[in-house]
Amino acid sequence: MSPQDRSVQRRAWLGWGSRRWGLGGGGKVRACSLNRCANDGALVRFPTDPTSLLLRDETNLMTIDAARGASGVSSQTSLSSGAPVPDESGRFGAFGGRFAPEALMAALDELTREFEAAKPDPSFTAELDDLLVNYAGRPSLLTEARRFAEHAGGARILLKREDLNHTGSHKINNVLGQALLTRRMGKKRVIAETGAGQHGVATATAAALLGLECTVYMGEVDTERQALNVARMRMLGAEVVPVKTGSRTLKDACNEAFRDWVASVDSTHYVIGSVMGPHPFPMMVRDFQRIIGVEARQQSLDLLGRLPDAVVACVGGGSNAIGMFHAFVPDEGVKLFGFEAGGDGVASGKHAATLVGGSLGVIHGMRTYLLQDDDGQTMETHSISAGLDYPGVGPEHSYLHDTGRAEYREITDAEAMDAFSLLCRTEGIIPAIESAHALAGAIKVGKELGPDATIVVCLSGRGDKDMHTAAGYFGLMPEGEAK
Amino acid sequence: MSSVKTAYDKAKAEGRAALVGYLPAGFPSVDGAIDAAKAMVEAGCDVIEIGLPYSDPMMDGPTIQDAVHQALVGGARVADVFRTVEAVAATGAPTLVMTYWNPVDRYGVDAFARDLKSAGGAGLITPDLSPEEGGDWLAAADAHELDKVFLVALSSTDERIEKITADCRGFVYAASLMGVTGARKAVDTGAPRLVERTRAIIDKQGLDLPIGLGLGVSDGAQAAEVAGFADGVIVGSAFIRRLLDAPDPASGLAGIRALTAEFAKGVRRAL
Repeated sequence: MSPQDRSVQRRAWLGWGSRRWGLGGGGKVRACSLNRCANDGALVRFPTDPTSLLLRDETNLMTIDAARGASGVSSQTSLSSGAPVPDESGRFGAFGGRFAPEALMAALDELTREFEAAKPDPSFTAELDDLLVNYAGRPSLLTEARRFAEHAGGARILLKREDLNHTGSHKINNVLGQALLTRRMGKKRVIAETGAGQHGVATATAAALLGLECTVYMGEVDTERQALNVARMRMLGAEVVPVKTGSRTLKDACNEAFRDWVASVDSTHYVIGSVMGPHPFPMMVRDFQRIIGVEARQQSLDLLGRLPDAVVACVGGGSNAIGMFHAFVPDEGVKLFGFEAGGDGVASGKHAATLVGGSLGVIHGMRTYLLQDDDGQTMETHSISAGLDYPGVGPEHSYLHDTGRAEYREITDAEAMDAFSLLCRTEGIIPAIESAHALAGAIKVGKELGPDATIVVCLSGRGDKDMHTAAGYFGLMPEGEAK
Repeated sequence: MSSVKTAYDKAKAEGRAALVGYLPAGFPSVDGAIDAAKAMVEAGCDVIEIGLPYSDPMMDGPTIQDAVHQALVGGARVADVFRTVEAVAATGAPTLVMTYWNPVDRYGVDAFARDLKSAGGAGLITPDLSPEEGGDWLAAADAHELDKVFLVALSSTDERIEKITADCRGFVYAASLMGVTGARKAVDTGAPRLVERTRAIIDKQGLDLPIGLGLGVSDGAQAAEVAGFADGVIVGSAFIRRLLDAPDPASGLAGIRALTAEFAKGVRRAL
């Protein structure tokens, strides 16, 4: 198969040609799993179809169409009893909203308008789709992890391979969308916060691709434990600013990025890296990430002939988890599990398990659960994983938590590192430490659901960036690097 | 009647702008902040804003970040904010609390309003709470007769300014520049235009709402410039800088008095 054919096939698989997949749609496209990609050789080519990635309705159960997109109502999904979320002011039930300085309100309104206008715009979606396929490498594989599954009660484990995307994680999905929006708004500069560095690397990558100036804020603690990613960002031409205030981790990087944005908002777009922040960010990042679950759901149907029993993801801010969950939310038979960073255990106080151990409040522009003391001061968090080391969580997760649609639990550092090692040794895949939390969760869920169950795990990123931490943790470099 | 509005009216009657001084509670210590705020009143501040120290001061520049960090490391609690308000308000100067929203949310909005009122506080300035998200606060402020000070910015549309001023009481806080807090060398050229737009909207609404301008004001000359077009001049980081740079508390207080006097002179010779 020539590269061009592969591209066309991927496009067909992604549904570019489909009017809509599902009950309300017209011509149904036969999808193929990339694991078994013969698909009878039947490639469908409708490259000009305007119904594109952001608007497609593969899940049958959502009520998205181009008219609603154009009407300013974003892609929405309803839990069985609730109103559409988010509403027009960005509220997911009691969560979300826009707790932002007045100076940013005009920019947030502009961003909302541009995003709503871009979603049904064929020129925007065609360019995004092209980048996702031919630059980022979508769709990502769904890989069965047979030897790993032996440790998970014999349940079938399928890994959604976001680690194989360009730049090594799911972050690229969101960043490409926001970078195109930046250009659409006529802005020349992007800024970003980053924890593990994956979002920073993705943003630096998109900025290089589109010729945008890029500044990335990163907590000083994280620049040390993720030094490789600092070098990657700088190689890509981004300025990396180590943040020395507060706990010198992800939340402080967010603060510093907001401070930059308040002063630079005329020329700069803040590419928030997770489903957090003031409206429209949680909704917009969700919509850019939901391709993960849309693909995984169809791949599961192709492979299994049915939906999986459970879907599992790690949750820091929660973008890979929302991306994975969203298409499955209406599927009541599919259990959704989010695994937060338990650090030394929630009881120890040294953790970042916001939904497990937090309380309701406001942080970084959104109403959500957070880790705070009696005075409402943000608490110091701890996780071995820089990407999960954040005291808040995206408001849609708070909503899924409170409505009971998704279940959130913690995974300790030790459990995550055991799963990290296990995946390396059983499957030849080195996961990000963030993703290792989801893997550890899958082991638990597998044992609970038993050998007849099938679990889809979002392998959100690859672990190259974590080699320094892992080598120290496992004592692989006794001469110098070990802790 | 809002005591803050009364202070603005008094300044206006004297043909000058009001001088509003900001200091976070707990910096350099709880008692040190009380002493400094009292010195600001004695030397000519008409209204005092007491900052509630918060772990994530997203809109503050390095000076206020430093001060707030010191306050929190020193153990400042919300109860200390009320104690500070009580001591400063006892001087007779209207005393507002400026706070990020989460500590109020955590305390309980109505409980916070009740305790602020009983400490003699005049109201709240809420830099990350807009009227749209502030329904609970609007209700509590009305119930406890407290001032509600929201911000307008250079980037605010007329529609937004209209919504914001409609829900303000005491004064409306015009942010003079696009950026975080901190002293600047010059007043942003957009500031007079923002005040002009805001005043036109207030007039159209038939409201009697003063406009205080803050962010970046660093010396008497700038205060005079701002007094030429705004009803109030708000100063924060410049005061804090004096305390941060002072070798000991006594010279810090002396510095605060001298700086207040300079600003007080500035608001009396509007350019």
